[in-house]
Amino acid sequence: MKSRILALILAALMTAALCGCGGGESAQGSAASETAEAETAGAATDTAEETTGSTGEPVYGGEITVGIAAELDSSLDPHVSSSLAGTREVLFNIFEGLVKPDTEGNLIPAVAESYTVNETADVYTFTLREGVKFHNGETVTVGDVVYSLTRAAGLDTGEPLMTTLSGIASVEATDDSTVVVTLSAPDTEFLAYMTAAIIPEGNDPDEELIGTGPFKFVSRTVQENVVIEKFEDYWGEEPYLDKVTFQVIEDSQTMVMSLQSGAIDLAAHLDASQAAELSSLTVLEGSMNLVQALYLNNAVEPFDNILVRQALSYAIDKYEIIDLAGDGYGTALGSSMYPAFSKYFDDSLTDYYETDIEKAKELLAEAGYEDGFTFSIAVISSYTPHVNAAQVIVEQLKQIGVTVEIEQMDATTWYSDVYQGRDFQATINGFDASTLTASAMLSRFTSDSSKNFISFYNDEYDAAYAEAVATVDEATQIDLFKQCQTILTEQAANVYIQDLAEFVVMQTNVGGYEFYPLYVMDMSTVYLMG
Amino acid sequence: MITSKKNKTLRAGAIITAAMLLIIIIGAFWTPYDPNAMDGSAKLQSPSLAHLLGTDNFGRDIFSRVVEGAGATFAIAAATVAIGLVVGMIIGGLTGYYGGWLDEVLMRICDAIAAFPSILLALVLIALFGSGRYKIILALGILFIPSFARIVRSEVVKQKSMDYVRSAKLMGVGDMRILFVHIMPNIVPVLLSTVAIGFNNAVLAEASMSYLGVGVQPPDASLGRMLSEAQTYLMSAPWYALSVGLAIVLLVLGFGLLSDGLGGRYDA
Repeated sequence: MKSRILALILAALMTAALCGCGGGESAQGSAASETAEAETAGAATDTAEETTGSTGEPVYGGEITVGIAAELDSSLDPHVSSSLAGTREVLFNIFEGLVKPDTEGNLIPAVAESYTVNETADVYTFTLREGVKFHNGETVTVGDVVYSLTRAAGLDTGEPLMTTLSGIASVEATDDSTVVVTLSAPDTEFLAYMTAAIIPEGNDPDEELIGTGPFKFVSRTVQENVVIEKFEDYWGEEPYLDKVTFQVIEDSQTMVMSLQSGAIDLAAHLDASQAAELSSLTVLEGSMNLVQALYLNNAVEPFDNILVRQALSYAIDKYEIIDLAGDGYGTALGSSMYPAFSKYFDDSLTDYYETDIEKAKELLAEAGYEDGFTFSIAVISSYTPHVNAAQVIVEQLKQIGVTVEIEQMDATTWYSDVYQGRDFQATINGFDASTLTASAMLSRFTSDSSKNFISFYNDEYDAAYAEAVATVDEATQIDLFKQCQTILTEQAANVYIQDLAEFVVMQTNVGGYEFYPLYVMDMSTVYLMG
Repeated sequence: MITSKKNKTLRAGAIITAAMLLIIIIGAFWTPYDPNAMDGSAKLQSPSLAHLLGTDNFGRDIFSRVVEGAGATFAIAAATVAIGLVVGMIIGGLTGYYGGWLDEVLMRICDAIAAFPSILLALVLIALFGSGRYKIILALGILFIPSFARIVRSEVVKQKSMDYVRSAKLMGVGDMRILFVHIMPNIVPVLLSTVAIGFNNAVLAEASMSYLGVGVQPPDASLGRMLSEAQTYLMSAPWYALSVGLAIVLLVLGFGLLSDGLGGRYDA
């Protein structure tokens, strides 16, 4: 019901947009991947290292406007928020955790100065950095850390706000600068979840956003912008910019024109065609760090048959999709892991199914579908790369007699019907990781995961995954996670396509943008050139 | 009297419409390329002899797609007008002929529908029905009912006090027969130009709906869908948006002139 109402509101908004610009719009195109999960609020922070590939001298000061393609979640609570990656991306500048990710995908100490892990990986001990200040001027104490983690893990309420922290058994301060986190079961990946935002004791983020990050929250105007300002007492490298305004620009064409006119200074997550229109500005190529795939509902006919899924995997040529829908930019994938996870990424799976139409037809015939069948692909209409990939797939599957209908919908409907309702046959979307862990990508395919929207049930996978999570030895663990990926590929759980290329476009006087292996936008390294 | 100016208008409209129809009909059976066939080696080519209107970002032949898209748009517009016309004639006929509470209730409902901006209402209906080619026809069709109903109603009211209707009544002819066999043919002239205007609105409405992503679903072509796809390439491939826009203009212009000419013809 809620989605209907939202759809109506959306309809009204679209009309407004239509009247407003005398030509209407087709919503934002630049495919922000939606993680679609109420998980981690990405409360990490930024490195303020000065590694830039730009010319021109960075100067301190000044302000820029950054275009963001979608309105943020209604709540900016770093512990709850974020079904939307777009929210995490902004909050990354305001909040940080005990540790934070760097551009290489490592976890480096932030609010904590150091940490130790016991041999069984179930007790994590953090020593706080001295003199870290909150945006309200107060110094971070162990009490704040205990409060933040207790709140996020829901130790008082029994309902974890962040599901990743559900493994925490207790959080204790042993002295003025030491916090001990005890887990109910060993988890070698737990450190990655300690990017959970540290907020002042007693603070309710829905009332006031206070963090320790390089920027402090100034204001938010719904549907319009979020403004952040440089935090003078930041413990780390001083950010260059005094002020950053995140401007909501939902229409992709307006985004391009705003960059052309100089109304905004920077926009990320643009696609190749948009970048091509903006070649006179500074264009950086990166990767979206997500897994774009044709996600198949393994519980419904005909995709409950592995032969059909494999046939599709053989018939769909991911390189052609990259070429046609992405202008040749993009990295082919073969399983639910992308290259930025260099530790876990297994390149050998990429070409496991080499395009082979004859083989696909044989498999279909063997499965009893020699005359093909018809199915529909649900896709969010504003995510152009997914819509484009769907169009190519329609053509490719014609060759094996399979008819595909594309069913476009808005993000809200997709989330409620496809993701939560599991009422779909196939869908194209991108899934990213909200934390730097292999399980962020792989946990959703275990039988009992609530996020297993494709209903993939495989005992072997469950066993391998459970063993991996419980393994302390890193090498063994990596092997097991790779095994999980191999099972996904062999079972053809989904038809994997690519990690989408994305482009960051900046005015020529802006520099310092850095890519992360997570969906974040770090403003602390960005500067204006003098 | 038929003035020669109106006659020219009518003729020009007829020629443009006939040409477009001819292309659409041929296109239904044959296009130079398969409108959906992609070709990675021929992306965003400018117009040439091989591709009259160039190619799009998937290497699809724009001319073939414009022809197919014009067909889709035309079919949707025609079906939409048909729904509006048939239902509008029934409602308008009944309310005009009988009057009374039926008239009050139905016409107030029509007023209510007409009170909303049409695109908004169409989007609301689509939110209820779901998107797609046939849903669009239904949604737009419903929106078109009031305008037809109102015109038919006022004409029926005018006609029903005329002598031929009275004498038919005296002869004991049934109401339905009087309404649909005697009166309706007499209001056809008025309806014709309404249909032509309605058709134009339907073409534009389909284009808007598909442009917003709720009409014809990809990869199938419709003029509105193509326009929305073309807008990304406005700078790098202007011929894409231009050729689609031109097709819309020709469709609308043809029918516009036609209705203008027809209106003039019967006004006199």
